[in-house]
Amino acid sequence: MPEFNESFITAGHLLAAADSRLFAVVLLSLQVSLTATLLACIVGMPIGALLAVGRFPGRRALIVLFNGLMGLPPVVVGLLVYLLLSRAGPLGHFGLLFSPAAMVIAQAILVMPIVAALTRQSVADSWMEYREQLRSLGASRPRAAGTLLWDGRFSLSTAALAGFGRAIAEVGAVMIVGGNIDGVTRVMTTTIALETSKGDLPLALGLGIVLIAVVLAINAVAYQLRQWAERRWG
Amino acid sequence: MSTMAPESWLRLDQLALHDGDKRIVDAATLSLSARRTVVLGPNGAGKSTLLRLIHGLLRPTSGSVCWPQALTQAMVFQRPVMLRATALENVIYGLRLQGHNAEICRQRACAALEKVGLGSIATRPARLLSGGEQQRVALARAWAREPELLILDEPTASLDPASTREVERIVMEIAIAGTRLLMTTHNLGQAYRLAEEVVFIDRGRIAEQAPVEQFFNLPQTEAAQRFLKEEIP
Repeated sequence: MPEFNESFITAGHLLAAADSRLFAVVLLSLQVSLTATLLACIVGMPIGALLAVGRFPGRRALIVLFNGLMGLPPVVVGLLVYLLLSRAGPLGHFGLLFSPAAMVIAQAILVMPIVAALTRQSVADSWMEYREQLRSLGASRPRAAGTLLWDGRFSLSTAALAGFGRAIAEVGAVMIVGGNIDGVTRVMTTTIALETSKGDLPLALGLGIVLIAVVLAINAVAYQLRQWAERRWG
Repeated sequence: MSTMAPESWLRLDQLALHDGDKRIVDAATLSLSARRTVVLGPNGAGKSTLLRLIHGLLRPTSGSVCWPQALTQAMVFQRPVMLRATALENVIYGLRLQGHNAEICRQRACAALEKVGLGSIATRPARLLSGGEQQRVALARAWAREPELLILDEPTASLDPASTREVERIVMEIAIAGTRLLMTTHNLGQAYRLAEEVVFIDRGRIAEQAPVEQFFNLPQTEAAQRFLKEEIP
Protein backbone atom coordinates (compact mmCIF):
# COMPACT_ATOMS: atom_id res chain seq x y z
CA MET A 1 0.00 0.00 0.00
CA PRO A 2 2.81 2.50 -0.63
CA GLU A 3 0.61 4.73 -2.78
CA PHE A 4 -2.10 4.88 -0.14
CA ASN A 5 0.26 5.94 2.63
CA GLU A 6 2.01 8.38 0.34
CA SER A 7 -1.30 10.04 -0.45
CA PHE A 8 -1.95 10.63 3.23
CA ILE A 9 1.53 12.04 3.78
CA THR A 10 1.28 14.41 0.82
CA ALA A 11 -2.22 15.45 1.90
CA GLY A 12 -0.81 16.23 5.33
CA HIS A 13 1.92 18.38 3.76
CA LEU A 14 -0.62 20.27 1.68
CA LEU A 15 -2.68 21.01 4.76
CA ALA A 16 0.29 21.95 6.90
CA ALA A 17 1.61 24.30 4.22
CA ALA A 18 -1.83 25.87 3.87
CA ASP A 19 -1.55 25.29 0.14
CA SER A 20 -3.13 28.28 -1.59
CA ARG A 21 -4.93 26.17 -4.18
CA LEU A 22 -6.48 24.06 -1.48
CA PHE A 23 -7.24 27.09 0.65
CA ALA A 24 -9.11 28.89 -2.17
CA VAL A 25 -11.25 25.84 -2.80
CA VAL A 26 -12.13 25.47 0.90
CA LEU A 27 -12.98 29.15 1.18
CA LEU A 28 -15.28 29.11 -1.85
CA SER A 29 -17.03 25.99 -0.54
CA LEU A 30 -17.74 27.65 2.77
CA GLN A 31 -18.88 30.90 1.15
CA VAL A 32 -21.27 29.17 -1.24
CA SER A 33 -22.76 26.70 1.24
CA LEU A 34 -23.08 29.17 4.14
CA THR A 35 -24.78 31.74 1.91
CA ALA A 36 -27.09 29.10 0.48
CA THR A 37 -27.97 27.86 3.99
CA LEU A 38 -28.62 31.40 5.18
CA LEU A 39 -30.99 32.05 2.26
CA ALA A 40 -32.70 28.69 2.81
CA CYS A 41 -33.24 29.55 6.49
CA ILE A 42 -34.64 33.01 5.74
CA VAL A 43 -37.22 31.45 3.43
CA GLY A 44 -37.62 27.98 4.94
CA MET A 45 -37.98 28.75 8.63
CA PRO A 46 -41.03 31.04 8.31
CA ILE A 47 -42.59 28.54 5.92
CA GLY A 48 -41.96 25.71 8.37
CA ALA A 49 -43.40 27.70 11.29
CA LEU A 50 -46.52 28.66 9.34
CA LEU A 51 -47.01 25.05 8.29
CA ALA A 52 -46.81 24.10 11.97
CA VAL A 53 -49.29 26.60 13.40
CA GLY A 54 -51.33 27.69 10.39
CA ARG A 55 -54.72 26.53 9.28
CA PHE A 56 -55.27 26.93 5.57
CA PRO A 57 -56.40 24.73 2.70
CA GLY A 58 -53.62 22.62 1.28
CA ARG A 59 -51.57 22.64 4.47
CA ARG A 60 -51.36 18.86 4.73
CA ALA A 61 -50.39 18.54 1.09
CA LEU A 62 -47.65 21.11 1.58
CA ILE A 63 -46.32 19.27 4.63
CA VAL A 64 -46.11 16.05 2.64
CA LEU A 65 -44.52 17.93 -0.25
CA PHE A 66 -41.80 19.52 1.88
CA ASN A 67 -41.07 16.24 3.65
CA GLY A 68 -40.74 14.61 0.26
CA LEU A 69 -38.53 17.38 -1.11
CA MET A 70 -36.03 16.72 1.69
CA GLY A 71 -34.78 13.91 -0.49
CA LEU A 72 -34.51 16.03 -3.64
CA PRO A 73 -31.69 14.64 -5.83
CA PRO A 74 -28.96 17.31 -6.20
CA VAL A 75 -28.43 16.56 -9.89
CA VAL A 76 -32.09 17.21 -10.62
CA VAL A 77 -31.95 20.54 -8.79
CA GLY A 78 -28.77 21.31 -10.71
CA LEU A 79 -30.47 20.51 -13.98
CA LEU A 80 -33.52 22.69 -13.21
CA VAL A 81 -31.40 25.65 -12.14
CA TYR A 82 -29.23 25.09 -15.23
CA LEU A 83 -32.34 25.34 -17.43
CA LEU A 84 -33.48 28.49 -15.63
CA LEU A 85 -30.12 30.22 -15.87
CA SER A 86 -28.93 29.07 -19.28
CA ARG A 87 -28.78 31.68 -22.07
CA ALA A 88 -32.14 30.59 -23.47
CA GLY A 89 -33.77 30.17 -20.05
CA PRO A 90 -36.16 32.60 -18.35
CA LEU A 91 -33.36 34.02 -16.15
CA GLY A 92 -30.69 33.71 -18.81
CA HIS A 93 -30.07 37.41 -19.29
CA PHE A 94 -28.58 37.73 -15.81
CA GLY A 95 -25.64 35.66 -17.03
CA LEU A 96 -25.32 33.76 -13.77
CA LEU A 97 -24.62 30.28 -15.11
CA PHE A 98 -21.19 28.92 -14.15
CA SER A 99 -20.78 31.47 -11.37
CA PRO A 100 -20.73 31.06 -7.56
CA ALA A 101 -24.11 32.85 -7.51
CA ALA A 102 -25.64 30.03 -9.55
CA MET A 103 -24.19 27.52 -7.09
CA VAL A 104 -25.70 29.42 -4.17
CA ILE A 105 -29.11 29.41 -5.86
CA ALA A 106 -28.96 25.68 -6.58
CA GLN A 107 -27.89 24.78 -3.05
CA ALA A 108 -30.44 27.11 -1.48
CA ILE A 109 -33.21 25.37 -3.43
CA LEU A 110 -31.83 22.00 -2.41
CA VAL A 111 -31.61 22.91 1.28
CA MET A 112 -34.75 25.01 1.76
CA PRO A 113 -37.18 22.05 2.01
CA ILE A 114 -34.92 20.40 4.59
CA VAL A 115 -34.88 23.52 6.75
CA ALA A 116 -38.63 24.03 6.33
CA ALA A 117 -39.55 20.43 7.16
CA LEU A 118 -37.28 20.24 10.23
CA THR A 119 -38.48 23.65 11.43
CA ARG A 120 -42.08 22.56 11.05
CA GLN A 121 -41.47 19.50 13.22
CA SER A 122 -39.73 21.48 15.92
CA VAL A 123 -42.25 24.33 15.95
CA ALA A 124 -45.17 21.88 15.91
CA ASP A 125 -43.80 20.30 19.09
CA SER A 126 -43.58 23.60 20.94
CA TRP A 127 -46.98 24.66 19.54
CA MET A 128 -48.46 21.73 21.48
CA GLU A 129 -47.08 23.21 24.67
CA TYR A 130 -47.70 26.90 23.99
CA ARG A 131 -50.89 26.82 21.98
CA GLU A 132 -53.47 27.54 24.67
CA GLN A 133 -51.37 30.19 26.37
CA LEU A 134 -50.62 32.05 23.14
CA ARG A 135 -54.22 31.91 21.99
CA SER A 136 -55.37 33.06 25.42
CA LEU A 137 -53.07 36.07 25.12
CA GLY A 138 -54.63 36.83 21.76
CA ALA A 139 -51.70 36.00 19.49
CA SER A 140 -52.68 35.58 15.84
CA ARG A 141 -51.31 32.50 14.10
CA PRO A 142 -48.62 34.38 12.16
CA ARG A 143 -47.64 36.11 15.39
CA ALA A 144 -47.52 32.77 17.21
CA ALA A 145 -45.33 31.39 14.40
CA GLY A 146 -42.90 34.26 14.89
CA THR A 147 -42.89 33.82 18.65
CA LEU A 148 -42.20 30.10 18.39
CA LEU A 149 -39.37 30.64 15.89
CA TRP A 150 -37.71 33.05 18.28
CA ASP A 151 -38.40 30.84 21.29
CA GLY A 152 -36.95 27.81 19.52
CA ARG A 153 -34.00 29.65 18.04
CA PHE A 154 -31.41 27.39 19.64
CA SER A 155 -33.03 24.09 18.78
CA LEU A 156 -33.64 25.40 15.26
CA SER A 157 -29.88 25.60 14.83
CA THR A 158 -30.19 21.84 14.26
CA ALA A 159 -32.34 22.46 11.20
CA ALA A 160 -29.88 25.01 9.84
CA LEU A 161 -27.06 22.60 10.52
CA ALA A 162 -28.73 19.73 8.70
CA GLY A 163 -29.21 22.07 5.74
CA PHE A 164 -25.60 23.17 5.79
CA GLY A 165 -24.42 19.58 6.02
CA ARG A 166 -26.44 18.76 2.95
CA ALA A 167 -25.14 21.80 1.04
CA ILE A 168 -21.46 21.42 1.78
CA ALA A 169 -21.48 17.69 0.98
CA GLU A 170 -23.42 17.65 -2.28
CA VAL A 171 -21.63 17.49 -5.58
CA GLY A 172 -24.27 17.07 -8.30
CA ALA A 173 -25.91 20.51 -8.22
CA VAL A 174 -22.76 22.63 -7.97
CA MET A 175 -21.07 20.54 -10.64
CA ILE A 176 -23.85 21.20 -13.16
CA VAL A 177 -24.51 24.91 -12.51
CA GLY A 178 -20.96 25.83 -11.49
CA GLY A 179 -19.13 23.90 -14.14
CA ASN A 180 -16.16 23.13 -11.86
CA ILE A 181 -14.05 25.91 -13.38
CA ASP A 182 -10.58 26.09 -11.82
CA GLY A 183 -10.22 29.15 -9.61
CA VAL A 184 -13.82 30.28 -10.17
CA THR A 185 -16.42 27.67 -9.27
CA ARG A 186 -14.37 24.78 -7.96
CA VAL A 187 -15.45 23.67 -4.50
CA MET A 188 -14.31 20.83 -2.25
CA THR A 189 -16.68 18.16 -3.49
CA THR A 190 -16.24 18.87 -7.19
CA THR A 191 -12.46 19.05 -6.77
CA ILE A 192 -12.40 15.74 -4.97
CA ALA A 193 -14.40 14.17 -7.76
CA LEU A 194 -12.19 15.66 -10.46
CA GLU A 195 -8.80 15.05 -8.82
CA THR A 196 -9.74 11.47 -8.01
CA SER A 197 -10.61 10.78 -11.63
CA LYS A 198 -7.35 12.46 -12.71
CA GLY A 199 -5.40 10.39 -10.23
CA ASP A 200 -4.21 13.28 -8.01
CA LEU A 201 -5.17 11.49 -4.84
CA PRO A 202 -3.23 13.63 -2.30
CA LEU A 203 -5.15 16.81 -3.13
CA ALA A 204 -8.45 14.91 -3.17
CA LEU A 205 -7.64 13.31 0.14
CA GLY A 206 -6.50 16.57 1.71
CA LEU A 207 -9.79 18.16 0.73
CA GLY A 208 -11.71 15.18 2.01
CA ILE A 209 -10.05 15.57 5.40
CA VAL A 210 -10.85 19.29 5.46
CA LEU A 211 -14.46 18.61 4.47
CA ILE A 212 -14.97 16.18 7.31
CA ALA A 213 -13.19 18.49 9.77
CA VAL A 214 -15.39 21.44 8.78
CA VAL A 215 -18.59 19.45 9.23
CA LEU A 216 -17.45 18.09 12.60
CA ALA A 217 -16.32 21.50 13.82
CA ILE A 218 -19.60 23.17 12.92
CA ASN A 219 -21.55 20.41 14.63
CA ALA A 220 -19.42 20.80 17.74
CA VAL A 221 -20.01 24.55 17.85
CA ALA A 222 -23.76 24.09 17.39
CA TYR A 223 -23.83 21.48 20.13
CA GLN A 224 -22.01 23.81 22.52
CA LEU A 225 -24.43 26.59 21.64
CA ARG A 226 -27.46 24.43 22.44
CA GLN A 227 -25.92 23.27 25.72
CA TRP A 228 -25.23 26.84 26.70
CA ALA A 229 -28.73 27.92 25.71
CA GLU A 230 -30.26 25.09 27.72
CA ARG A 231 -28.42 26.22 30.84
CA ARG A 232 -29.07 29.90 30.18
CA TRP A 233 -32.77 29.80 29.24
CA GLY A 234 -34.09 26.39 30.27
CA MET B 1 -82.15 31.12 46.57
CA SER B 2 -80.72 34.56 47.11
CA THR B 3 -83.22 37.36 47.26
CA MET B 4 -80.71 39.90 45.97
CA ALA B 5 -80.05 39.07 42.37
CA PRO B 6 -77.18 41.13 40.99
CA GLU B 7 -77.00 41.22 37.25
CA SER B 8 -75.33 38.23 35.70
CA TRP B 9 -72.14 38.74 33.70
CA LEU B 10 -72.14 35.36 32.04
CA ARG B 11 -74.86 33.03 30.84
CA LEU B 12 -74.40 29.54 29.50
CA ASP B 13 -77.25 28.13 27.52
CA GLN B 14 -77.34 24.35 26.97
CA LEU B 15 -73.58 24.43 26.48
CA ALA B 16 -72.21 21.05 25.43
CA LEU B 17 -68.97 19.55 24.26
CA HIS B 18 -69.07 15.98 23.04
CA ASP B 19 -66.13 13.84 22.04
CA GLY B 20 -67.74 11.05 20.06
CA ASP B 21 -70.14 9.42 22.50
CA LYS B 22 -68.53 10.98 25.53
CA ARG B 23 -70.29 14.04 26.89
CA ILE B 24 -67.47 16.03 28.47
CA VAL B 25 -69.73 18.99 29.14
CA ASP B 26 -73.39 18.17 28.90
CA ALA B 27 -76.12 20.76 28.45
CA ALA B 28 -74.68 23.24 30.93
CA THR B 29 -77.06 26.06 31.66
CA LEU B 30 -75.78 28.57 34.14
CA SER B 31 -75.93 32.20 35.05
CA LEU B 32 -73.02 33.76 36.92
CA SER B 33 -73.30 36.97 38.87
CA ALA B 34 -70.97 36.45 41.85
CA ARG B 35 -67.61 38.18 41.62
CA ARG B 36 -65.69 35.11 42.74
CA THR B 37 -66.90 31.75 41.52
CA VAL B 38 -65.14 28.45 42.12
CA VAL B 39 -66.05 25.41 40.05
CA LEU B 40 -65.75 22.18 42.03
CA GLY B 41 -66.20 18.59 41.02
CA PRO B 42 -64.53 15.18 40.93
CA ASN B 43 -61.67 14.39 38.57
CA GLY B 44 -62.81 14.27 34.99
CA ALA B 45 -66.06 16.06 35.74
CA GLY B 46 -65.36 18.57 32.98
CA LYS B 47 -64.23 21.54 35.07
CA SER B 48 -61.22 22.49 32.94
CA THR B 49 -63.17 21.92 29.73
CA LEU B 50 -65.92 24.22 30.97
CA LEU B 51 -63.40 26.99 31.65
CA ARG B 52 -61.84 26.53 28.21
CA LEU B 53 -65.25 26.74 26.55
CA ILE B 54 -65.97 29.94 28.44
CA HIS B 55 -62.56 31.41 27.58
CA GLY B 56 -63.04 30.53 23.92
CA LEU B 57 -60.19 28.04 23.64
CA LEU B 58 -62.63 25.30 22.72
CA ARG B 59 -65.60 25.47 20.43
CA PRO B 60 -68.78 23.93 21.86
CA THR B 61 -70.57 21.11 20.09
CA SER B 62 -73.82 22.91 20.76
CA GLY B 63 -75.25 25.62 22.98
CA SER B 64 -73.82 29.05 23.61
CA VAL B 65 -71.75 31.22 25.89
CA CYS B 66 -73.41 34.59 26.24
CA TRP B 67 -71.73 37.71 27.60
CA PRO B 68 -74.29 40.39 28.53
CA GLN B 69 -71.36 42.80 28.41
CA ALA B 70 -68.11 41.96 26.67
CA LEU B 71 -65.45 41.37 29.32
CA THR B 72 -61.71 41.40 28.76
CA GLN B 73 -60.33 38.09 29.97
CA ALA B 74 -57.08 36.48 30.96
CA MET B 75 -56.44 32.87 31.83
CA VAL B 76 -53.87 31.23 34.08
CA PHE B 77 -53.25 27.53 33.51
CA GLN B 78 -52.31 24.70 35.81
CA ARG B 79 -48.84 24.56 34.32
CA PRO B 80 -47.40 27.98 33.57
CA VAL B 81 -46.11 28.36 30.01
CA MET B 82 -43.01 30.51 29.94
CA LEU B 83 -41.16 31.72 26.86
CA ARG B 84 -37.38 31.38 26.73
CA ALA B 85 -36.91 34.93 27.89
CA THR B 86 -36.69 36.79 31.19
CA ALA B 87 -39.64 36.98 33.58
CA LEU B 88 -40.04 40.64 32.65
CA GLU B 89 -40.04 39.90 28.91
CA ASN B 90 -42.71 37.25 29.46
CA VAL B 91 -44.98 39.81 31.09
CA ILE B 92 -44.15 42.40 28.43
CA TYR B 93 -45.04 39.87 25.70
CA GLY B 94 -48.60 39.61 27.03
CA LEU B 95 -48.91 43.39 27.01
CA ARG B 96 -47.43 43.84 23.54
CA LEU B 97 -50.18 41.61 22.19
CA GLN B 98 -52.68 44.11 23.57
CA GLY B 99 -51.04 46.73 21.40
CA HIS B 100 -49.44 48.98 24.00
CA ASN B 101 -46.23 50.81 23.18
CA ALA B 102 -42.89 49.59 24.49
CA GLU B 103 -42.56 52.13 27.30
CA ILE B 104 -46.03 51.49 28.74
CA CYS B 105 -45.48 47.73 28.48
CA ARG B 106 -42.26 47.96 30.44
CA GLN B 107 -43.76 50.14 33.18
CA ARG B 108 -46.84 48.00 33.60
CA ALA B 109 -44.84 44.75 33.48
CA CYS B 110 -42.45 45.98 36.17
CA ALA B 111 -45.35 47.09 38.34
CA ALA B 112 -47.10 43.74 37.91
CA LEU B 113 -43.97 41.79 38.86
CA GLU B 114 -43.59 43.99 41.96
CA LYS B 115 -47.17 43.20 42.94
CA VAL B 116 -46.56 39.45 42.78
CA GLY B 117 -43.36 39.90 44.76
CA LEU B 118 -40.94 39.11 41.95
CA GLY B 119 -39.55 42.59 41.28
CA SER B 120 -36.07 41.49 42.35
CA ILE B 121 -35.84 38.59 39.89
CA ALA B 122 -37.48 40.26 36.89
CA THR B 123 -34.42 39.81 34.70
CA ARG B 124 -33.92 36.11 35.44
CA PRO B 125 -34.76 33.58 32.68
CA ALA B 126 -38.36 32.60 33.36
CA ARG B 127 -37.99 28.89 32.64
CA LEU B 128 -35.30 28.52 35.27
CA LEU B 129 -37.53 29.87 38.05
CA SER B 130 -39.24 27.50 40.48
CA GLY B 131 -42.76 26.26 39.70
CA GLY B 132 -44.25 28.66 42.23
CA GLU B 133 -42.32 31.61 40.85
CA GLN B 134 -43.31 30.72 37.29
CA GLN B 135 -46.96 30.63 38.32
CA ARG B 136 -46.55 34.08 39.87
CA VAL B 137 -45.02 35.34 36.61
CA ALA B 138 -48.06 33.90 34.83
CA LEU B 139 -50.30 35.76 37.29
CA ALA B 140 -48.34 38.96 36.69
CA ARG B 141 -48.66 38.46 32.94
CA ALA B 142 -52.43 38.07 33.32
CA TRP B 143 -52.81 40.88 35.86
CA ALA B 144 -50.79 43.38 33.84
CA ARG B 145 -53.38 43.11 31.10
CA GLU B 146 -55.97 44.41 33.58
CA PRO B 147 -58.63 41.84 32.71
CA GLU B 148 -62.21 42.24 33.85
CA LEU B 149 -62.39 38.47 34.27
CA LEU B 150 -59.56 36.21 35.38
CA ILE B 151 -59.98 32.50 34.72
CA LEU B 152 -57.74 30.13 36.65
CA ASP B 153 -57.53 26.40 35.99
CA GLU B 154 -56.21 24.73 39.15
CA PRO B 155 -53.47 27.33 39.52
CA THR B 156 -51.93 25.68 42.58
CA ALA B 157 -52.32 22.00 41.68
CA SER B 158 -48.60 21.41 41.25
CA LEU B 159 -47.30 23.81 43.90
CA ASP B 160 -46.00 23.37 47.44
CA PRO B 161 -47.99 24.83 50.37
CA ALA B 162 -45.94 28.03 50.65
CA SER B 163 -46.27 28.81 46.95
CA THR B 164 -49.95 27.92 47.13
CA ARG B 165 -50.52 30.47 49.91
CA GLU B 166 -48.64 33.11 47.94
CA VAL B 167 -50.68 32.43 44.79
CA GLU B 168 -53.90 32.59 46.83
CA ARG B 169 -52.86 35.93 48.30
CA ILE B 170 -52.19 37.33 44.82
CA VAL B 171 -55.44 35.97 43.40
CA MET B 172 -57.39 37.53 46.28
CA GLU B 173 -55.61 40.83 45.73
CA ILE B 174 -56.51 40.76 42.03
CA ALA B 175 -60.14 40.10 42.98
CA ILE B 176 -60.18 42.93 45.52
CA ALA B 177 -58.79 45.26 42.87
CA GLY B 178 -61.99 44.64 40.92
CA THR B 179 -61.43 41.63 38.66
CA ARG B 180 -64.02 38.88 38.53
CA LEU B 181 -62.68 35.41 39.27
CA LEU B 182 -63.70 32.10 37.79
CA MET B 183 -61.53 29.22 38.90
CA THR B 184 -61.28 25.52 39.50
CA THR B 185 -59.39 23.86 42.28
CA HIS B 186 -58.97 20.53 44.02
CA ASN B 187 -58.16 22.27 47.23
CA LEU B 188 -61.41 22.67 49.17
CA GLY B 189 -59.82 24.96 51.76
CA GLN B 190 -58.78 27.20 48.91
CA ALA B 191 -62.27 27.11 47.43
CA TYR B 192 -63.71 28.06 50.81
CA ARG B 193 -61.24 30.93 51.25
CA LEU B 194 -61.57 32.37 47.76
CA ALA B 195 -65.10 31.68 46.60
CA GLU B 196 -68.19 33.73 46.99
CA GLU B 197 -70.18 31.15 45.08
CA VAL B 198 -69.58 27.51 44.21
CA VAL B 199 -70.64 25.75 41.04
CA PHE B 200 -70.52 21.99 41.44
CA ILE B 201 -70.31 19.83 38.35
CA ASP B 202 -70.53 16.10 38.11
CA ARG B 203 -69.99 14.00 34.98
CA GLY B 204 -70.27 17.02 32.71
CA ARG B 205 -73.50 18.30 34.21
CA ILE B 206 -73.97 21.28 36.44
CA ALA B 207 -75.36 19.73 39.60
CA GLU B 208 -75.47 22.61 42.01
CA GLN B 209 -74.83 26.33 42.31
CA ALA B 210 -74.82 27.91 45.75
CA PRO B 211 -73.20 30.55 47.95
CA VAL B 212 -70.01 29.13 49.44
CA GLU B 213 -71.24 28.76 53.06
CA GLN B 214 -74.39 27.05 51.93
CA PHE B 215 -72.55 24.68 49.62
CA PHE B 216 -70.14 23.49 52.28
CA ASN B 217 -72.68 23.30 55.11
CA LEU B 218 -75.83 22.17 53.35
CA PRO B 219 -75.11 20.70 49.94
CA GLN B 220 -78.39 20.01 48.21
CA THR B 221 -77.54 17.23 45.80
CA GLU B 222 -76.47 13.74 46.66
CA ALA B 223 -73.47 14.01 44.33
CA ALA B 224 -72.20 17.09 46.14
CA GLN B 225 -72.75 15.49 49.54
CA ARG B 226 -70.77 12.46 48.43
CA PHE B 227 -68.01 14.63 46.94
CA LEU B 228 -67.61 16.65 50.14
CA LYS B 229 -67.63 13.53 52.30
CA GLU B 230 -64.88 11.96 50.22
CA GLU B 231 -62.77 15.09 50.02
CA ILE B 232 -63.04 16.06 53.69
CA PRO B 233 -62.16 13.02 55.76
